Amino acid sequence: MNSNPVVRSFTIDGIQVSAAEGETILEVARQNDIEIPTLCNLEGISSTGQCRLCMVEVKGTNRLIPSCATVAEEGMEIVTSNERIDKYRRMIVELLFAERNHICAVCVANGHCDLQAMAQKLGVTHIEFDYLHPSFQVDASHPKYEVDHNRCILCGRCVRVCDEIEGAHTRDFRNRGINTLVITDFATPWGESQTCTSCGKCVHVCPTGALAEKGKSVAEMQKRRQFLPYLVMRREGAK
Amino acid sequence: MALNQKRIAPPSDDRRWKLVDATMRRYGYSSQAVIETLHTIQEVFGNISAESLAYVSGSLNVPPSKVYGVATFYNHFNMAPLGEHVLSVCTGTACYVKGSGQVVDWIKEEYGLEPGQTTPDNKLSFMVARCVGACGLAPVIMLDGEVVGRLSVDEMKKRIKEWISYDK
Repeated sequence: MNSNPVVRSFTIDGIQVSAAEGETILEVARQNDIEIPTLCNLEGISSTGQCRLCMVEVKGTNRLIPSCATVAEEGMEIVTSNERIDKYRRMIVELLFAERNHICAVCVANGHCDLQAMAQKLGVTHIEFDYLHPSFQVDASHPKYEVDHNRCILCGRCVRVCDEIEGAHTRDFRNRGINTLVITDFATPWGESQTCTSCGKCVHVCPTGALAEKGKSVAEMQKRRQFLPYLVMRREGAK
Repeated sequence: MALNQKRIAPPSDDRRWKLVDATMRRYGYSSQAVIETLHTIQEVFGNISAESLAYVSGSLNVPPSKVYGVATFYNHFNMAPLGEHVLSVCTGTACYVKGSGQVVDWIKEEYGLEPGQTTPDNKLSFMVARCVGACGLAPVIMLDGEVVGRLSVDEMKKRIKEWISYDK
């Protein structure tokens, strides 16, 4: 046991903060009520730096760095928001909208959607990019849940929660680049999956209406994530 | 505690499964052997079938979706069987700049093949590769694994026509 843990002091937006060894910039920001927008990150599951919304500026380097995947270091001077960062964040959200078919007005998660909330918060009023209008089937083969890839932003939360918390690893990504798709088992219909435990964790961590409970109508799909901190605590206590 | 699991039997009594088993054994049936095992399957069977994915997943204790993800992530692996001959065109940056895109379009027109497709008579498969690591020879095509490069688009078309006519 290290009785004298190393503490790293640095500043976020000019505020003096300190981090324990190994803590990421995002974690420290959250402890200090400094908000950094994220879509793929969720407390309790691992960080993959997929959505790129948590990019921050660090004094001394011109590159933006993902705060969810960067361990805080002594003396860092971090800026979480300025004109340049906000521009890129809006661009990322616009690209997410352009990539699939996000039609809020008919979505089960309307009003409870992280992507929608993020767009509102960042002030995205229109999409500068051409919509790709891809064509995806809705998989409603599961008795309790359904997946609509038109609303998926490929954040990977469902993949990670299924692997790390439930331990089933029913979901994963297929292909790569623009052809990436979240699949169950061997791209088999969800309802025929041999590994799925029907626990529904993926549905509730999903930031959008891509994963939803069956029988929910427009704007009725509220996500419940209270289980996550509890399960993480139990898991870590058991170690 | 390690599970005392019985190894699952290969999908058929095809002798080629012995080679697949040998690869998995060489890596001690570790879950990290997925890619090597898929390589062996592709080598001995020519493609990666759904049943072979299930066999790898069951034998190495790797979740089905992960095996499927790995097999589809790498362009090298193909799920559908290939034709007798394989023509692949590199569409990496250097080759694309040197006109490989025009070759791809020409193949679509001339042979009616989109990337990844095989002719109905199963003679010819057309693939595109993302950089074969020979950018100095751009534009590069591969005729049954033989690298052909440093040709103009017209010369390239001629070379492909010649190669295809060998079989007729």
